[in-house]
Amino acid sequence: MVDTRGPAPETLRSRRPDDAKEPLINSVDHNRPLVEIRDLHFSRGSRKIFDGLNIVIPQGGITAIMGPSGTGKTTLLKLIGGQLRPDRGQVLVDGQDVQRLSRAELYRLRMRMGMLFQSGALLTDLSVFENVAFPLREHTRLPERMIRTLVLMKLEAVGLRGARDMMPAELSGGMARRVALARAIALDPVMIMYDEPLTGLDPITLGVIVTLVKRMNDALGVTSIIVSHDVAEIAAISDHIHLISGGKVVESGTPAELETTASEWSRQFMQGLPDGPVPFHYPADAYEQDLLGGA
Amino acid sequence: MLGTLQRLGRWGLGVFERLGRGHLFLLQTIGCLGVIVMRPRLVIRELHSVGVLSLLIIVVSGTFVGMVLAYQGYITLVRFGAAEALGTAVALSLVRELGPVVTALLFAGRAGSALTAEIGLMKATEQLSGMEMMAVNPMQRVIAPRFWAAFLSMPLLAAIFSAVGVMGGYFVGVGLLGVDGGSYWSQMQASVDFHEDVMNGIIKSVAFGFVAAWIALFEGYDAVPTSEGVSRATTRTVVHTALAVLALDFILTGLMFQ
Repeated sequence: MVDTRGPAPETLRSRRPDDAKEPLINSVDHNRPLVEIRDLHFSRGSRKIFDGLNIVIPQGGITAIMGPSGTGKTTLLKLIGGQLRPDRGQVLVDGQDVQRLSRAELYRLRMRMGMLFQSGALLTDLSVFENVAFPLREHTRLPERMIRTLVLMKLEAVGLRGARDMMPAELSGGMARRVALARAIALDPVMIMYDEPLTGLDPITLGVIVTLVKRMNDALGVTSIIVSHDVAEIAAISDHIHLISGGKVVESGTPAELETTASEWSRQFMQGLPDGPVPFHYPADAYEQDLLGGA
Repeated sequence: MLGTLQRLGRWGLGVFERLGRGHLFLLQTIGCLGVIVMRPRLVIRELHSVGVLSLLIIVVSGTFVGMVLAYQGYITLVRFGAAEALGTAVALSLVRELGPVVTALLFAGRAGSALTAEIGLMKATEQLSGMEMMAVNPMQRVIAPRFWAAFLSMPLLAAIFSAVGVMGGYFVGVGLLGVDGGSYWSQMQASVDFHEDVMNGIIKSVAFGFVAAWIALFEGYDAVPTSEGVSRATTRTVVHTALAVLALDFILTGLMFQ
């Protein structure tokens, strides 16, 4: 009998590595850790950023990593994505030690990660459409018609199908981040990392991005890791929050648990109080002494 | 005294560290040069922005340099009654020396600085990090095509520079100063040797293209990702390329014409 089926059509995964070795994809097991950070130490020059950090991020759901500016939240995302190497400790993504992977293995892992940079990181010489099509063109051999359909679907999901022909320079900050989000989900990742997704946005755009993050997470069944210090907005959509300070996790829990925490530092951070364990005043000599000293 | 020694030591370490990074960068780039076979379109697009868009400045400069050479050469040659050798003087000066060197200097100012600024800004705006996170190797996607484009453009631009320079020399020598047109071309044809002169000029421009591309791309890739960092990197590209080209020209000339 003649086989009339012909060759199987190339799919999105056609150039992905060995599908049999990809256990984690869309069957979400909320008890299974997707990212494990064990005893992480990392320094920049003489400045210690992480000093024995331990975090477990379960599969599915939205995990927020919060903390004051300069605590290394963005650095943590770069360590998870393998862009930086820790001084000590392990970063495991889906059981794979990111630092021990070869470049090819790391790239295979990254094809299953999406990342939304604070600036959007759109390629400025490509249009919105081409930016979203970029990972598809680089990693698949899909026919042009299918790429067009996929790109329009991704842009529709973020509400910017009508902006497909615009250049990145013509976009507002919020639009650029939405395009970057469409690009981040182009390869249907299992995990999306958001680096300060709400910084510098007006209230309407902020609401749009928060809604999109939640909607993407629920619709695609991905694991979302958000680094932010926009407490109220992120707490509203997060399943878990880790508060980091001084290179360690100081408190973890659900948003409700952290609202009623006994820790003064956590309460100050979550409620945005101007004074507390983190003092309003930078350490200085006594005020009176300082004033009289100048006389 | 001790402080001066410390500063000197720190400066020396910094220089060697940068040299090391530069050579590692070059090795990584060479490892990705297969891009010209795998994705020739990327190289062709960069050839347009690096090579074709540099044509105007090369043609205009080449014409003027040729015209000035003809004036200067005529003043000297006519004293010895050898004005007919003007074509030879202009052609040899251009093909052996001025074509490759001036093209490389102009290339550093026009295309090299643009490459550094482009790569530096891509780094500052996290576009390179974004590519890395999309599992796209920026060395292969961004650096290698530009390296090829700069490397291939330089000998072609140098050849065009020399050709229009010869034409500029003809315009001034024959058109304005009254040198015999037949002598201009025949003397040139008789005295300019393809292997000794033209090939050596091509070898020089290939070497300059390699160095100019390396410096421009490395400076951009290694730039501090701020506006000031990119600005400094762009300046360094022009200065370092100019110095490297002139030093390399001295060495190559010594080897070729000893």
